[in-house]
Amino acid sequence: MSNEFSDVPDHTRRIILKGAAGLAAFGFTAGALTSAHATADAKAWPADAFKQKSEADALKALYGKSAEASDKVNLDAPEIAENGAVVPIAVATTMPGVTGIAIMVLENPYTLAAAYKIPEGTEASVACRLKMAKTSKVVAIVEAGGKLFSATKEVKVTVGGCGG
Amino acid sequence: MASTIRVRAIASGDTTQVQSLINHPMDSGFVKDSKGQIIPPHHIEVVEFEHAGKVVFTCLWGPAVSKDPYVKFSFKGGKKGDDIKVSWVDNKGQSDSTVAKIQ
Amino acid sequence: MLRKTLIAVAILAGAAQPLLAADKASDPKADFKAFREYFTKRFPKVALDDFVNGPYSMDAGLRKQWEAIDAFPPYDFVVDKGKQMFAAPFKNGKTYGDCFPNKGVGIRQDYPQFDAKSGQVITLDVALNNCREANGEKPFDYNKDDMAALTAYMAFTSRGKPMNITIPKDPRALAAYKKGEEYFYTRRGQLNFSCASCHVQNPGNHIRTEVLAPALGIMNAMPIYRSTWGGMGTVSRRLRTCNSQVGAEPLPAESDEYRNVEYYLSYMANGLPISGPGTRP
Repeated sequence: MSNEFSDVPDHTRRIILKGAAGLAAFGFTAGALTSAHATADAKAWPADAFKQKSEADALKALYGKSAEASDKVNLDAPEIAENGAVVPIAVATTMPGVTGIAIMVLENPYTLAAAYKIPEGTEASVACRLKMAKTSKVVAIVEAGGKLFSATKEVKVTVGGCGG
Repeated sequence: MASTIRVRAIASGDTTQVQSLINHPMDSGFVKDSKGQIIPPHHIEVVEFEHAGKVVFTCLWGPAVSKDPYVKFSFKGGKKGDDIKVSWVDNKGQSDSTVAKIQ
Repeated sequence: MLRKTLIAVAILAGAAQPLLAADKASDPKADFKAFREYFTKRFPKVALDDFVNGPYSMDAGLRKQWEAIDAFPPYDFVVDKGKQMFAAPFKNGKTYGDCFPNKGVGIRQDYPQFDAKSGQVITLDVALNNCREANGEKPFDYNKDDMAALTAYMAFTSRGKPMNITIPKDPRALAAYKKGEEYFYTRRGQLNFSCASCHVQNPGNHIRTEVLAPALGIMNAMPIYRSTWGGMGTVSRRLRTCNSQVGAEPLPAESDEYRNVEYYLSYMANGLPISGPGTRP
């Protein structure tokens, strides 16, 4: 793989070089996440959850509970992914009281792919693009009313999404 | 100066649909370079979307989110001409943010 | 299983190739008609303009994923970079726009062209490097990101415009077209496939894990952002990869053979819309 920054625009190179000079220098001023939300610290990003290698462990680390299957969770994922590097996946539900959505790819090296926080006033739906290392069950989780609900779909991957 | 963040925010009725594309390698840490060395993980961890001083959506991302990551969501309360602010921070502490107008 | 599939494809490819007028004098207009009818008859449900979308015109599952990605495509950043590159003046103060009609905007569909002076087919990529060299700049590597970004931007400015390739009444132009056609139908490599083996005999079918694109309109989406590459790649990069994939020695980028086959295929796509830059698996 050649220089991955060969087609990164110059302004991005500058940001990256500035960042490399140290967080203190670049800091939490203009350009960083606003201090009122202080989300750039370790607590805001659930590092532990992103290290887990099973569905149960990831859910426990992320939400502290387990999920029950529900047909009210809509998981839209292809049957056969055109390429494991970019698999379009969407999750939606009409359930009330949704506070979070998460997506797990069970055969990936780390189970949890992404999680989303849904405050009041935001719709319980998200579309994103994920990497899948190989054919795997994809599990969508909806956190609503303090409980977890899930939907599962197997997505076939014929070309690995991790650069293989 | 252009940002790494592209935003398309469209208001329709009382709902605003937001799509965002961010220029970021999202290296998983599982890929080797041409010399056989692992390319270290370099991926966005948190993305925040704010409208009228309130966080309307937060993304918590791991290495399995695709390169040049995309996300789409909708929220209530935005209207045409409002600002929407998007900020991200990655595992190396690098960050960027932008403000876009709702169309 | 794979072996059986490959053998089946090889046998199919060996079947009569009705589109190659081996012994007749070249008649591009007649070839064009036959080529087009072959694909429209074989795929009556595909809208003519849709052929330029390659595998997505052939497979609904793939199409859905493509539409999701194309709604906000990752190549946006590459097109932007190309736009900036295109606008930046050379050291001598001139720009790319000075080398092309209409300042280089919305002209991609006119390439490749036959250049009477050099007696060669000039592709867009070659024209860009000619421009660079004429203005004291080093040429770009035809396989790499800079050329991909530039051509992506130029394709983007031509989105929707019909492919517009001319074969002038110059025997050398006709010869180049003919050589392109021959290259397209000639078997090569360890798998002994011609371009036609996949793209004429088997569009819509699988080869290993990929769905094959029809040859009709196959250049219209160039350059392409491939998920496999995680980035934008030029026509040269794709042709060389195709050669490698059949176990043939790839030719140097923009060799006569590649230029000629691009000329042939682009002519066959006349009237079909430019869809580039495209996304592909």
